[in-house]
Amino acid sequence: MLRRRLNRLLGGDERRVDSRTIYVGHQPSPTEAFIPPKFCDNRIVSSKYTVWNFLPKNLFEQFRRIANFYFLIIFLVQVIVDTPTSPVTSGLPLFFVITVTAIKQGYEDWLRHKADNEVNKNLVTVLEDGHRMRKESEKIKVGDVVEVDEDETFPCDLILLQSTRDDDTCFVTTASLDGESNHKTHYTVPETEKDLESLNATIECEQPQPDLYKFVGRMYIYKNDPEPAIRSLGPENLLLKGATLKNTQKICGVAVYTGMETKMALNYQGKSQKRSAVEKSINAFLLVYLCILVSKALVCTTLKYVWQSKPGQDEPWYNQKTQREKDTNLYLKMFTDFLSFMVLFNFIIPVSMYVTVEMQKFLGSFFITWDRDFFDPEIQEGALVNTSDLNEELGQVEYVFTDKTGTLTQNNMEFIECCIDGFQYKYRDADTELDGFSVTDGPLSKMHEKAGKEREELFLRALCLCHTVQVKEPTGLCQDQQNNLMDSLEGLMVDGGPPPQEQRGFIASSPDEVALVKGAMRYGFTFLGLESKKMKIKNRNNDIEMYELLHVLNFDPVRRRMSVIVQTKSGDKLLFCKGADSSIFPRVRQEEVEKIRVHVERNATEGYRTLCVAYKKLSINEYASADEGLQAARLALQDREEKLMAVYNQVETGMTLIGATAVEDRLQEEAAETMEALQGAGIKVWVLTGDKMETAKSTCYACRLFQRGTELLELTVRTLEDGVRKREERLHELLLEYHKKAVQDAPPIKPSVSRGWSRANQDYGFIIDGASLSLVFNSLESNSSRYKNLFLQICQNCTTVLCCRMAPLQKAQIVKMVKNSKGSPITLSIGDGANDVSMILEAHVGIGIKGKEGRQAVRNSDYAIPKLKHLKKLLLGHGHLYYVRIAHLVQYFFYKNLCFILPQFLYQFFCGYSQQPLYDAAYLTMYNICFTSMPILAYSLLEQHICVELLLDNATLYRGIAKNAMLRWVPFLYWTVLGVFHGLLFFFGVRYLFGNPALQDNGQVFGNWSYGTIVFTVLVFTVTLKLALDTRHWTWINHFVIWGSLAFYVFFSFFWGGIIWPFLKQQRLYFVFANMLSSVSAWLVIILLILLSLLPDILLVVLRKPCGPHSRQRKAGESGAGGSQSPRSSARPLLMRTFSDESNTVA
Amino acid sequence: MMASGYNAKEEDGHHSGAPGNGGGAGAVKSKKPDNTAFKQQRLPAWQPILTAGTVLPAFFVIGLIFIPIGIGLFVTSNNIKEFEIDYTGVDASSPCYNCARNFSWNSTSSCTCSVPFTLEQPFESNVFMYYGLRYVKSRDDSQLNGDQTSLKSPSKECEPYRMSDGHPIAPCGAIANSLFNDTLELYYVVNNSKTPVTLVKKGIAWWTDKHVKFRNPGGNNNLTVAFQGTSKPVNWRTPVSELDPTDPENNGFINEDFIVWMRTAALPTFRKLYRIIQKKADLTPTLASGRYVLEVSYNYPVRSFDGRKRVILSTISWMGGKNPFLGIAYITVGSVCFFLGVVLLIIHHKYDNRNNSADIPN
Repeated sequence: MLRRRLNRLLGGDERRVDSRTIYVGHQPSPTEAFIPPKFCDNRIVSSKYTVWNFLPKNLFEQFRRIANFYFLIIFLVQVIVDTPTSPVTSGLPLFFVITVTAIKQGYEDWLRHKADNEVNKNLVTVLEDGHRMRKESEKIKVGDVVEVDEDETFPCDLILLQSTRDDDTCFVTTASLDGESNHKTHYTVPETEKDLESLNATIECEQPQPDLYKFVGRMYIYKNDPEPAIRSLGPENLLLKGATLKNTQKICGVAVYTGMETKMALNYQGKSQKRSAVEKSINAFLLVYLCILVSKALVCTTLKYVWQSKPGQDEPWYNQKTQREKDTNLYLKMFTDFLSFMVLFNFIIPVSMYVTVEMQKFLGSFFITWDRDFFDPEIQEGALVNTSDLNEELGQVEYVFTDKTGTLTQNNMEFIECCIDGFQYKYRDADTELDGFSVTDGPLSKMHEKAGKEREELFLRALCLCHTVQVKEPTGLCQDQQNNLMDSLEGLMVDGGPPPQEQRGFIASSPDEVALVKGAMRYGFTFLGLESKKMKIKNRNNDIEMYELLHVLNFDPVRRRMSVIVQTKSGDKLLFCKGADSSIFPRVRQEEVEKIRVHVERNATEGYRTLCVAYKKLSINEYASADEGLQAARLALQDREEKLMAVYNQVETGMTLIGATAVEDRLQEEAAETMEALQGAGIKVWVLTGDKMETAKSTCYACRLFQRGTELLELTVRTLEDGVRKREERLHELLLEYHKKAVQDAPPIKPSVSRGWSRANQDYGFIIDGASLSLVFNSLESNSSRYKNLFLQICQNCTTVLCCRMAPLQKAQIVKMVKNSKGSPITLSIGDGANDVSMILEAHVGIGIKGKEGRQAVRNSDYAIPKLKHLKKLLLGHGHLYYVRIAHLVQYFFYKNLCFILPQFLYQFFCGYSQQPLYDAAYLTMYNICFTSMPILAYSLLEQHICVELLLDNATLYRGIAKNAMLRWVPFLYWTVLGVFHGLLFFFGVRYLFGNPALQDNGQVFGNWSYGTIVFTVLVFTVTLKLALDTRHWTWINHFVIWGSLAFYVFFSFFWGGIIWPFLKQQRLYFVFANMLSSVSAWLVIILLILLSLLPDILLVVLRKPCGPHSRQRKAGESGAGGSQSPRSSARPLLMRTFSDESNTVA
Repeated sequence: MMASGYNAKEEDGHHSGAPGNGGGAGAVKSKKPDNTAFKQQRLPAWQPILTAGTVLPAFFVIGLIFIPIGIGLFVTSNNIKEFEIDYTGVDASSPCYNCARNFSWNSTSSCTCSVPFTLEQPFESNVFMYYGLRYVKSRDDSQLNGDQTSLKSPSKECEPYRMSDGHPIAPCGAIANSLFNDTLELYYVVNNSKTPVTLVKKGIAWWTDKHVKFRNPGGNNNLTVAFQGTSKPVNWRTPVSELDPTDPENNGFINEDFIVWMRTAALPTFRKLYRIIQKKADLTPTLASGRYVLEVSYNYPVRSFDGRKRVILSTISWMGGKNPFLGIAYITVGSVCFFLGVVLLIIHHKYDNRNNSADIPN
């Protein structure tokens, strides 16, 4: 961005601002002087640091965190000002934190570098002065002529110059850009020379911009004539980086946009560091504690000077001031004192919390990588964690934005069944394939016989003829390669399995058509191809039938059907039509409709894509008039579309319905179950897809995102172009109407339980398409925010929202809108293609699926999983646990530091505000690092308060922690109160004991360090045992670490007090601990205080426990209830299961 | 005490797959994560569940243990005899009034005063004599440990009591400087004649302090030489080598009074062990009831900061000096636990019944 802006600024005077000129093959144009223009290279950079800027940049980033910055300040204060504790006490932990974080971030950036290099170092072929050179992708310059082979992705944005296909076209799939996996045709620049070497041309085109579907340019071809020939360039000439060449052996193109200026890269969004909501909570708590700290220091400073103002207290005879002290300004002294108090109390802000949180996140994320449930045997990979900062966010997701193609569906269309004349035909398995057709033994077939053979064949012929499918031409490769090609195609077409002779590549603009042709092929009718207007079909008897294709009445989304008119050998002219039921039924004889409608509706509710097939025999007159009408309309210069439409509508009437088909866009494994679990967990699922609305809608039905009873609110081009009114008005009207329906009239939603399953509540589904969305977003300034608001409110009241025909950036826009809406809900985006990258980056948590469409989504995601089904465990299992762990970790940390430092604060009231530390420096430093850090770390890595299986079975448990439940102010208050209570108890408990400091049986007395040590011992034990009380899952590690920490504390204290340490200036603790243990009173008070501190907690646990077993029962009950729901929910799963089983056998 | 489910969810079902996998694939290195209990978060774990039922006995047990301990502590503490004499001299009627008024830390001669008091009850066992003060960071422990270099150049922390007239102060620092230097003597008065009570000054400091932590520079021989070139603390009368003229082993840094003083008190109102009155061999009480006189040589001024000075005579038990706090606390906590136990029992029973009755209709 910056560079572009800079370019614009700098290059403003030299070049026209809004266009760039490219010299094809770097050949100077004869007319203008050749100035080699400067463009960015073809390097893709997603990493943040380089070796050189890592240290300063990373340090800067880290100290931008308030906590780190705060500790730096404290450290500096300790270095500069004479303070009661040594700088080491805060310097060491800070250094540790910074180093650990830097190592972690460095490692993560190294991974990104590696991934970038994979793309940048990829070898491509570049034509230079007639030689073919292999070059690394990153070295491509604008103007280079690049050669791309079949199935390779384009390394940068290219203008197509040459194709090996005869018709100067090439096929491209942009699946990784916009999710559309069909083949798109792109054209070479017309009338360019075949010999690229001698081509001398320049291209003038617009500056890079992110819209994938827009491109404007001109090409000047210099031949011998003085005036260059001008060709206009459009998006059909532009091959986008990231797209893949299909069905074309080889193309050549000239690079126009490279590297970060390609449309794909521009559709990326800047990588901004994602912060988790937990971190925001931490920061909020930190501020609270900072306030407590400052006020404590202020109180102490004030009281100190109040106390000292009393005569005799300021400068007693035994402690006179030094000359320097006398000289310093009073206010400066006060300030220094304030700083000293700050330093003394600074431990209240737990420096080590950040290390522990970092470590917890870093180590914790390994559990995701290690999880065998995420391992996919197909790709031999498990889950991948790119950022460990967001683990807990997985437990907080409120909105899931999912891509459709490749995420919800496998993007494999499969012919499932058909119905002819009301008889259901279901393709079953290989055995019955010999019979060709089999009738299912379902109830329907029990009642009826098969349809007449004639009808059957008519139906199949219709399937074979009524389409625009092309047969993939055999390339001149040897058999092996061909097979490989076929294999790679299979992914896109129909999944493999049939014997080799049946292996046939089909290319079509819609995968449904391929599925239908394939379906017909299974039943014995094979489409062999179109040759000079003749369609060849091999029928069941292996005879070749030839049909002359007279007209194709193209598909369009308004008509929602397409037809062909063919002439049989015998000269009959037939019209075959297929289309959506709603558009076919009115146009056929009504008596046939009913029996087929039953099937169609049943299929539709099962989530299949249904099409009805009809035919009509055209009389000679009819055909003549139709032919005439069509010819005339095609030649019309004005209103061509309308005229064509009129003819189409006229021709497609009075047809005979033959049957219907059901095609399945196969869902990912367990897609429906996953979606159901997500909805059960209170997560709203939005489907954002670049695909067509019909397709997307049926997928939603199949995933059970839309239920039978869901009322769909549609806001699409179709509904908008209803009347004569302007779109905007209609939009306004519709929005208001839907808002009334979904928001105002809806009963107030009970926040927790009822959602999702309540049948009484009308479920709403909302459908919007890209065009309408941009209307919502881009309408007049005043209306825009209002529309947006209405739109958002409607969406939030719908169970599912489907957004189709979305450009990548629009997806991000939607995510952003929801993200910034009231309550700033946590969003998660999941997708598998480059078109999802922007939304993956935009959402709080981005999840990439290791799909077929390249690795871009995976690279830019925070987590990558092999399959959609893994999302369930990732959120409900791992996410839940991580959240509980880290929330407890954070609260516990604040708590343990509060009750650590509170006695220190209270002690100031008893030592004349002299900043005398209560604890020894060793204890101050070690408390957070050694004595109490390991148990909480172990807890935060291993705790499973509810076991994973139970979490997965009861999706509702996820709602219990929604909205950051464990880090809200109420639990924070509880922990704070607990900390204060403990702190007070420790201090005053020991203080009353020290009412008489003669605590040993030999009459000797204890001093201040004994006091501190007793308080500290109680503290360490209480804090550790408090954690032990909270631990629900005791593995041996927990045992080891908890008891080990306590043992270590005792051992350390003995050791520390047992030796005169030569490097220490003060031997404060010499034998203090041992002497303490020799006093019975000390023992008794320690035991008493620990018990008393834990008593409220035990009570709380026990008193909450009446719901304890209860809740367990309820859990059991819930799972029982889940069982009772399952008839309803499993009614369809059962069906789904049957056909998914079947589809497996078919394959 | 806790209902616990021991949950060994070890890789029960997974075992069958893994070996076949490994054997079949041979050397093919799979990226498949290891199937260890740890990595799969399936470590066997003890999952304790605290319920009213399980915690109940604990409460009763705690109650039953704490109450007797508390009673024992309370009784012990009550049996400890303690007698306290405040000799600060704040009131005009007090015998030390004059001393307190006129004395300041730089007076050359000491001021003496006698405080008469009567013990109503005899003190039977060893009697410990404490002085109490009400009113802490400046010292150099390596100097006190006999370190030669520190002796000559004390730590900066000793400021402003580090150097005096160009000589290093030994012992340096404000704490040492403010050493409690009243001398207390106790006399038993029988028929107006005063019999001195023997006060033992050995064993008032921690053994480790006396023998390890505090060391004289250059051993114990000839302290005057050892401390040559140092200066006495500003407010001291005598140099550190002459603290105890009666016992040469009790001089320098290892003077027990000094050591006791250097173990700084925790709270502003504190007591420190001054002398021990040993129990006599015969059966007569250590301190019989009757009249006594406390002779104070008043050296330590506290009026400037509103301080108080006391002398406490106390016997000692296994729990230390007299302090009813622990006993009361134990009795209270014990009773609270017992009470809670009863409450929980009731809740537990009620809940159980309700639970049972609720179960029946199902």
